Amino acid sequence: MARVAEGGHELRRVLDEDREVDGLGEQELLELYRSMVLLRTYDERSVIYHRQGRIGTYAIFWNHEAMQAGAVHALDDEDWIFPSYRESAIGLLRGMPAATVLHWWRGHPAGWWNPSDYNLASICVPIATQVPHAAGLAWGKKLKGERACALTFFGDGATSEGAFHEGANFAGVMQAPLILFCNNNQWAISTPVSAQTHAEALVDKAVGYGIPGVRVDGGDVLAVYEATREAVERARSGGGPTFIEAVTYRAAPHATADDPRAYIDLERVEQEKQNECLGRYERYLRRLGALGDDLDKTIKDESAELMRAGITAAEAEPDADVGLLFEHAYANPPASFQAELAELRRILGGDVG
Amino acid sequence: MADLLMIEAVNDALHVELERDDTVMVMGEDVGRAGGVFRATAGLRERFGADRCVDTPLAEAGILGTAIGLCMAGFRPVTEMQYDAFSYPCLDQLITHVGRYHWRTGGGMEFPLVVRMPYGGGVRAPEMHDDSPETYYVHTPGVKVAIPSTPADAKGLLAAAIRDPDPVVIFEPKLIYRTERSEVPEGDYIVPLGKARLVRAGDDVTLVAYGAMVPLCERAADALADEASVEVLDLRTLKPLDEDGLLASVAKTGRVVIVQEAPRTAGFGAELAAILAEKAMLDLRGPVLRVTGYDVPYPYWKLEDAYMPSVERIVDAVRKLLAF
Repeated sequence: MARVAEGGHELRRVLDEDREVDGLGEQELLELYRSMVLLRTYDERSVIYHRQGRIGTYAIFWNHEAMQAGAVHALDDEDWIFPSYRESAIGLLRGMPAATVLHWWRGHPAGWWNPSDYNLASICVPIATQVPHAAGLAWGKKLKGERACALTFFGDGATSEGAFHEGANFAGVMQAPLILFCNNNQWAISTPVSAQTHAEALVDKAVGYGIPGVRVDGGDVLAVYEATREAVERARSGGGPTFIEAVTYRAAPHATADDPRAYIDLERVEQEKQNECLGRYERYLRRLGALGDDLDKTIKDESAELMRAGITAAEAEPDADVGLLFEHAYANPPASFQAELAELRRILGGDVG
Repeated sequence: MADLLMIEAVNDALHVELERDDTVMVMGEDVGRAGGVFRATAGLRERFGADRCVDTPLAEAGILGTAIGLCMAGFRPVTEMQYDAFSYPCLDQLITHVGRYHWRTGGGMEFPLVVRMPYGGGVRAPEMHDDSPETYYVHTPGVKVAIPSTPADAKGLLAAAIRDPDPVVIFEPKLIYRTERSEVPEGDYIVPLGKARLVRAGDDVTLVAYGAMVPLCERAADALADEASVEVLDLRTLKPLDEDGLLASVAKTGRVVIVQEAPRTAGFGAELAAILAEKAMLDLRGPVLRVTGYDVPYPYWKLEDAYMPSVERIVDAVRKLLAF
């Protein structure tokens, strides 16, 4: 049953081949571009906000925008997304206010959201533990006879985790409509992918789960879109899960607290920066004649404005009430919470016995 | 009323709840075709189908992790961990997600899942089939924990757990799965979480216990019948804890012996002792004593009787306390 993608470990590409993807008109191509610009703007502004002390430690996703936008555009709104922290701003593509994501990185409970409002699970901070959640949701949708599928993002390092294995295996056994989207940026903080696995390519893991695998150029938004769309079609038609390995390169630090000069090949980083995903797509659109300077400026200005409004709203948010320490820990909280909160309020109010 | 063994009462609760609510589903290792290694889930697959009583891959973290996703899809999964010490892989999901997800959604989504597992020693089983891991679970915020000691409570607490909006872990004392038999209400039956059960009233000393230690405490109370009037309190729910029930008993007797089969250090008995130190100081007429397992790996079974709390150890503690 195992079917590794035809072409083996070859990376599927669209942009460099100047191929077009069936069903994508100029509007759709530009929507993809808008999404990538929005994500890029969010990311670059966030690094600045961090340096200005306006948000906390932040996990950078620069040069991952093609994977994120390409995959999400292949989904319908009813489909669920299970992000890792590398996709912290993916909600922007589902209409989530930038302030909500910024609240999350500012450590404010206003960064909570109800996943069913966006069909977007919470940001998963531990590695790979969201994979079984996505498998369970997808399996549940199948049990209910609903059309929706699920997509979960995780990194190359996550494929070493037991949770990845258990989630992928469950999805295979249950034939759950799930897309296992591996963002292989070749680094797990300082550990290269060669130290994560002795497999020739991560996509080979699909064989062990009896599911199809496909390997794409993760810097090529249209290749990502096309591969994900095929996986979605397979999921909807009862064909079960698909493993997508999107190969890119982490051309930025792991997070604002990381200094990769200690471990990374700086020349390679420079090369990758020259070929980063947003610029590649922009050049493609310009070659097609779909994007000119004026439109490009409009799109970038819109994103910049959205971020300005987002950080303004985030900073205008009042401090969280201490009641939120307790309020959502349980749907039906223990009686002891009331007394503990009352005591805390008294002490915070200066009434110390 | 039906006269049932504890394991039959668990099975009855599952039949009633799956019948009552079609979003309830049972999942775990060998729960379907085999009906569970203790037959707790026997008959469910035949009655409700393989999609509602699911034989899963052998993956405890995967079982609990997919249960989270099933909650998000609108189900109320009742997961079975096959044995106490096999449940440890699921602690990853329990600690990182099960106890946090409702909070993380700002109360937007509920995760009404249940983890049930046979637990505890005394059954002459191989290694890793005997642990009492309740402390790991009780210590996890966002999670409730209940432990029945009678067939009726096994049914009622499980039904309450299934209907509860929060994640609930139920430890079923396997030692008494097939030794405790009692009247169990038929059909719909709930024992609310958070209410202790006064097993027998007494005036001189309170034995506080849960699970298989409750019938043991009753035997100890019988053995002490000529010396002391012994009260036995079955906590039934460790979290939320019936603190009022505990304090009321201690206010009456002034003496407490806590009995748990889990290792001693930082066990649930330590939490109970701390509560008594904080809130019952003036009621106490002697030190709070604990009869517990030891701080050692659960022994091979030729030695397990020496590890487990016994009538003799409980009687000894009570006499010490009375003589204080």
